[in-house]
Amino acid sequence: MNRQTTQQTARQGIMPNTQHDRYLPNTLNGAWRGRVLRWETLLMLFVVLAFFANTQLSPYFLDPWSLSDATFNFTEKAIIALPMALLIIARDIDLSVASTIALSSVAMGAANSAGIDTAGMVAIGAGTGLLAGLFNGYIITRFDIPAIVVTIGTMSLYRGIAYIVLGDGVYRDYPPAFAFFGQGYVYGVISFEFTLFLLLSAVFAVVLHKTTFGRRVFAIGNNPTAALFSGINVKRHRMALFTLVGLFSGVAAILLTSRIGSTRPSIAMGWELEVITMVVLGGVSIMGGAGSIAGVFIAVFLMGLVTFGMGLLNVPGIVMSIFTGMLLIGVIGTPIIWRRILQAHKIRSKMKSG
Amino acid sequence: MTKTHTAIGKILAHREWILAAIIVVMTAGIGTQEPFFITPNNLSELLDDTAILIMLAMVQMLVIVTRCIDLSVASNLALTGMIVALVNVAHPDTPALVTLAMSIGIGAVLGAFNGVLVWLVGIPSIVVTLGTMSIYRGMVFLLSGGEWVNAHEMTPQFLAFPREVTLGLTTLSWLAIIMIGIIALFCRYSATGRAIFAIGGNPKAAVYAGLNVGKYQFITFCISGAMAGLCGYLWVSRFAVAYTEVALAFELQVVAACVIGGISIAGGIGSVWGAVLGALFLGLIKNALPVLGISPFWQMAISGGVIVLAVIVNSRSEKQVGRRILREVHQ
Repeated sequence: MNRQTTQQTARQGIMPNTQHDRYLPNTLNGAWRGRVLRWETLLMLFVVLAFFANTQLSPYFLDPWSLSDATFNFTEKAIIALPMALLIIARDIDLSVASTIALSSVAMGAANSAGIDTAGMVAIGAGTGLLAGLFNGYIITRFDIPAIVVTIGTMSLYRGIAYIVLGDGVYRDYPPAFAFFGQGYVYGVISFEFTLFLLLSAVFAVVLHKTTFGRRVFAIGNNPTAALFSGINVKRHRMALFTLVGLFSGVAAILLTSRIGSTRPSIAMGWELEVITMVVLGGVSIMGGAGSIAGVFIAVFLMGLVTFGMGLLNVPGIVMSIFTGMLLIGVIGTPIIWRRILQAHKIRSKMKSG
Repeated sequence: MTKTHTAIGKILAHREWILAAIIVVMTAGIGTQEPFFITPNNLSELLDDTAILIMLAMVQMLVIVTRCIDLSVASNLALTGMIVALVNVAHPDTPALVTLAMSIGIGAVLGAFNGVLVWLVGIPSIVVTLGTMSIYRGMVFLLSGGEWVNAHEMTPQFLAFPREVTLGLTTLSWLAIIMIGIIALFCRYSATGRAIFAIGGNPKAAVYAGLNVGKYQFITFCISGAMAGLCGYLWVSRFAVAYTEVALAFELQVVAACVIGGISIAGGIGSVWGAVLGALFLGLIKNALPVLGISPFWQMAISGGVIVLAVIVNSRSEKQVGRRILREVHQ
């Protein structure tokens, strides 16, 4: 009671006195408007719309097994999208994630042929991803080269190595125990993959929004020079983020390989685009410095539901990619245009009043 | 002492010479192993095979110099190639020159779409062109319905144009050589060409000098698109087939050629010769692998490895030699 009143008086101090027209607002919009206009809320609205559209498209959609199946086509990408969100917030990007999956998957296939057991294969899969990410991070931070060029290079290097090892061949015959990661269910209809994604989302949300590490990621993304001068080891943090993305590309490789039960060098072709689209759609600024795991989490569902719905309509994958491309451009372009319209409006109203 | 130092510095600054030397040495080295590799016939075939990469790398250089990147070139190429192939099937009497002009026009429009989004909307070029990369590629599928347009459906004139041999080289090779000349003159002597390098070297200074940065970025995207469109026709008629996956992931080779040619991804630094030599280097590797009995599956990893090495070398020499136009003027 007492605290409430102090808060009220404090707020009254900040709130405008009707006599004065100069004051410092504590938020840019009112509380209600701010919440409604938040990116996450908008996304949620689209998710609901997509969900209802899907129920209209197919009578089988609302079946729990069907819903569970729908999660399979985006879970692996979503697992990479989580660390990728951190990386993009820190003003970097990694285009080599899909190639890392190919490399990691080939490494597991080779390990399987050499007679290594499931636990060993999982370690090798994750380890290959981790090393691939570490290599990216090392080259980028050691030589101070833009991440985009280096990862375009390693994108073709990693997949190229997969092609050298496997050529036009294929690895099959993974042990039955290995199938659990991509095909297993934890509780009823909830798959292992999906459970892992839910857990990781929670972990990443805490890491990004509640830890020092997370605050530093935002600081680096907002102004790397200022971050350096405030005592953050920027290079080490960036390297850690690249390694993290590599590690989870390895994890995605384990899940994907286990789910489809075979490895070809062309596995996961073009996934880097979809992962980045998920992250950007989730409200993470491609310029760095802003974003939230909640946004990415919802965006993942939106993309998953829309592509699943298109699948129900028998839309081929390549046509879906038109949609992904337009979504990517539209999602980044709309807020920029919107902001410009608002600014123009403000200037006009100022000129009128002044 | 200091003299030799600057001499080395000058050679390093003209990295194109080193790259040219590497290409010559490699070609000669392969020639001693397999003499037929350095016969004029084989070399002209190598040029014919690399011509499209050369043309695309040159204009990609212009885009990269303005601190942008165009990842949609290969999809643009595929879409334009499919459109002109379909037009050729529908109207077999279209003359080759009209087809050529049409391909340049369509490509330029597709490039202008990228350019408008970068200039007027202000979206980072990497995002725009990643997006249009898949949009254009998907549109090829929509237009063709996933079908192939095969050689027997295209007219002989449509197919013959890039293959006609004049003075030992194909029209395709001659086109590439003419384009090298045009772009080199454009960069060196036209006001627009100089402006492109100026805004890449220092965008803020360029603004104070009265240059509209976004407008010049738009222009480079149009040029890049027009060239991609032209290459679309050339590609489809050279290989005598149009389908959805034409030149899939070719944009990576184009960017790789630029990076190998010493073009700085941070903008402002680059030359036509660098791009041409970078493209020739990749073309040489591609053609040398089967001759040396190495599996073609090595090509992807080698070009990836070379990109990584090249950017490392570039980053080091940029620091040593100093940067951009101003320093050179002082010396």
